[in-house]
Amino acid sequence: MTGTSQRPVALEVEHVVVRFDGLVAIADLAFRVGEGEIVGLIGPNGAGKTTAFNVITGFLRPTEGRVLYRGTPLGGLKPHQIAALGLVRTFQRTSVFQTRTVLDNVLTALHRRGSAGLWDALLRLPRGAVEERRLGEQAQELLHLVGLERRAGERAGVLSYGDQRLLGVALALAAQPSMLLLDEPVSGMNATETSRLMKLLADIRGLGTTILLVEHDMRMVMGACERVIVLNYGRIIAEGTPASIQSDPEVIRAYLGQKAKHA
Amino acid sequence: MRRWLAGGWLLLLLSVPLWMHDQYLLHVLIVTGIFIIAAMSLNLLLGYTGQLSLGHVAFFGIGAYTSALVSLGFEIDIFGYPVVHEPWPELAGFAIGTALAGLCGYAIGRLSFKVRGAYFVIVTISFAEVMRLVALNWVELTQGPAALTNISPFKFAFPGIGSFTFWSKTSNYYLVLGSALLAYAIIKRIVESRIGRAMIALKENEPLALSLGIDVTRYLVLAAVVSAALAGAAGSLYAHYIRIIDPSIFLFIYTVTMVIMVITGGKGTLAGPVVGGVIFGFLPVIVRSFAAPELQWILYGALMIAIVVLLPEGIVPAVERWIANRGPNSARPSDVLADHS
Repeated sequence: MTGTSQRPVALEVEHVVVRFDGLVAIADLAFRVGEGEIVGLIGPNGAGKTTAFNVITGFLRPTEGRVLYRGTPLGGLKPHQIAALGLVRTFQRTSVFQTRTVLDNVLTALHRRGSAGLWDALLRLPRGAVEERRLGEQAQELLHLVGLERRAGERAGVLSYGDQRLLGVALALAAQPSMLLLDEPVSGMNATETSRLMKLLADIRGLGTTILLVEHDMRMVMGACERVIVLNYGRIIAEGTPASIQSDPEVIRAYLGQKAKHA
Repeated sequence: MRRWLAGGWLLLLLSVPLWMHDQYLLHVLIVTGIFIIAAMSLNLLLGYTGQLSLGHVAFFGIGAYTSALVSLGFEIDIFGYPVVHEPWPELAGFAIGTALAGLCGYAIGRLSFKVRGAYFVIVTISFAEVMRLVALNWVELTQGPAALTNISPFKFAFPGIGSFTFWSKTSNYYLVLGSALLAYAIIKRIVESRIGRAMIALKENEPLALSLGIDVTRYLVLAAVVSAALAGAAGSLYAHYIRIIDPSIFLFIYTVTMVIMVITGGKGTLAGPVVGGVIFGFLPVIVRSFAAPELQWILYGALMIAIVVLLPEGIVPAVERWIANRGPNSARPSDVLADHS
């Protein structure tokens, strides 16, 4: 497999099969992502991309096969336990806490960076106050990173679509991911918003975070990813650098329905 | 500004027995206060974690019966072995009643993650109904339909000084007021903390909360325990004030009353159950003075429907928005909504 040989492996998907009452969503999926790599998972609608995400992050149990993160098998772990291992995802549709303010959204997402419990809250112990101040500072930093610091007091639901997606990324970052799984991060975004998000992804990679992204926007994938995995009908049909993928006849056929000229 | 407003309210509430000499109205205030505590406890579960339990009165009744039985004492036979409990102080009854209600809340909280939505609602209704049947049929313990009578009022003993018994309406008013303020403070501190944010995250978007590493089960169970314990404490206050309780304390209508108070006042806001509780606690009294019983219920129902249709979020969020939109210098509505205090 290209790209993983020099690096330690972060994510391993081993022969995962997902069947829903006879419908095969994922036929046989196996791939690896190295530490610090940025990999794109693409394919036509219904190829099984989001299903693969749901399996990796514990929202869906595979019929067969297993997933390992940094050597730890993820089978049987609940989504919040997988997040605690550093494997954090975003969702396809806008995923923020709609009725809360932007700042409260980030504070909520910083949950795992705090430890205050019931008694800290009830007795207003100084330890809790110190922690709240620290979380408040970290929230401001994250809002600054995604460029939403001026919107801190507004309800998340009133932000534009693109800003909500940026906030969604800030929430994922608040959970301290060592690997980030992004489900169609630029779908529905205009060109300005897309370029802002691309820049943000570059910054996140600069911190050493591994990224796996599912995307429809081919230009975005080709521009941002080191390696691309192409799914169709629940199995991998091609894998390699963006350049090699673009000229792969199987891929062209899957996307355009063309008959390949040479086999 | 807010601080002054809160201080004004507090002074008004503290001064009530000085200018209100009508003992009946004071009685209505005390009972309303107890129901407001129960409604606030329901709001923690319904308004902040988003779980609808239609058996909340079960915790209220468990607190009331436990507290009464601990203070009255009892003699029962369990599988041929006699169990005798000598009467204990009322405050011990209060503590044990609150704790037992909290324990039942733990069980219901654990359960709610196995059965969700409509199934959870049915399970909680059944739980309250089973409690009512136990109270009705375990005659040896509860006296069944004959009711537990002669429950003693609360008594605070100060070693070396003497003791104070809550016989009068005025003293009970202050006891309930103090308890309600304490319950309010407990809920406020929880929902404005890290664990409160986790509870609200569960209500707003559970998959997102999970993906951020929040163990939502844990916070739902915590909310259920605190909520049930507060309802149990309210039940104990009720038992030692009214001084007679029978199985009708577990009737479904009381849960409905609490839900109405929370929904009309504004679920998920701190002041909501208080506002809803005052309206629906006093409404029957006001209406009774000029309307026939049939008309009372029609008016009661009509007002409830009007509030839910016209102000679906409840009274408190609607008023906050109205105040926020009035002046150009005032805060944006979003800021006000964010700060529910």
